[in-house]
Amino acid sequence: MILIKLFWAFFKIGLFSFGGGYAMIPFIQREIIDINGWLTLEQFMDIIAISQMTPGPIAVNAATFVGYKIAGLLGSVSATCGVAAPSAVIIITLAFLIKKYRSLKWVDRFFLGVRPAVIALIVNAAYSLGKNSITGIKDVFIAVLALLGLYMFKINPILLIVLASFLGILLG
Amino acid sequence: MNEKIPFRKLFFMFWAFFKIGAFTLGGGFAMIPLMKEEFVDKLKWLKEDEFLDIIAVSQCAPGAVAINSSIYIGYRLYGLLGAAIAVLGTVLPSFLIILAVALLYAKIRSMPAVQRAFRGVYPALVVLVMSAAINLWKAAFKNYVDMGIAAICLAALFIFDVHPVFTVLAAGISGVLFDLRKEHGEEGDIG
Repeated sequence: MILIKLFWAFFKIGLFSFGGGYAMIPFIQREIIDINGWLTLEQFMDIIAISQMTPGPIAVNAATFVGYKIAGLLGSVSATCGVAAPSAVIIITLAFLIKKYRSLKWVDRFFLGVRPAVIALIVNAAYSLGKNSITGIKDVFIAVLALLGLYMFKINPILLIVLASFLGILLG
Repeated sequence: MNEKIPFRKLFFMFWAFFKIGAFTLGGGFAMIPLMKEEFVDKLKWLKEDEFLDIIAVSQCAPGAVAINSSIYIGYRLYGLLGAAIAVLGTVLPSFLIILAVALLYAKIRSMPAVQRAFRGVYPALVVLVMSAAINLWKAAFKNYVDMGIAAICLAALFIFDVHPVFTVLAAGISGVLFDLRKEHGEEGDIG
């Protein structure tokens, strides 16, 4: 049953990849190429490239693409459900437990300590995005315009992304 | 939660996640400014500190951060039904786009305009993600101990390449050890 196989492979990908995004690539690669041989390495590299250009988590993109290639529309539904299923179970359990025990003193303390770390994580994410994407004068120009748009003109983030893509086309 | 199902609000939530899913480029963190805009600033369904907690849990649990955080927010707002609708909203745009890509694969790959558009998007994303960090600053930093924790975490991530999961867990444990709540009361706010 190819649908069950797809579901299970992506279930494992969802379950064992921590940190999201690019941290998932080795897990995805192992399941899709090494174990099941569903894609060639070249096709896999293309998926990574496509994922960088299309919205959404890499794991979901890979699940949809591989599922479709292997078993059509049902395949992509099955693989995508597989990749989301572990998250659903784990997050709902955690959310339930946190809600129940949030008022305990040490849980409260834990989250107070965690918050500054989250800021550090976000700054770090901005840095690594910037390291790879702000490489020339045009990129700096777009970043400065985005900064002005965001803070001086209060442009909505989604509109900002759309405008930036037009700017990218114009500047070539 | 068991009384009447608030269809209007569920639809708003679905639409918010759909928009977020459609514009989350460049990995899970790019969606943080979008989620904050929708749920904290616009709809005001979550407070800033709750939002930070959700990001922390989503980052530490296995799975894609975008999926984790949408399930958490959906569950937190409208229970299991909320979680299901939230994850559907987040996943649907990339699902549809990748299906289209799988069909038109060869053509899209060689379109230079598409590539140029994305060269423009990424510098703007850097600004957006950075602005999310600055906006959430006040909810996270109440005193100098917090700033110390953030500085140490940044150093751990930047210089020593420590895994984000360990960084978050270590920061939480330091919170348990140092009782930041007491510091908050006595030192007063510096945000």
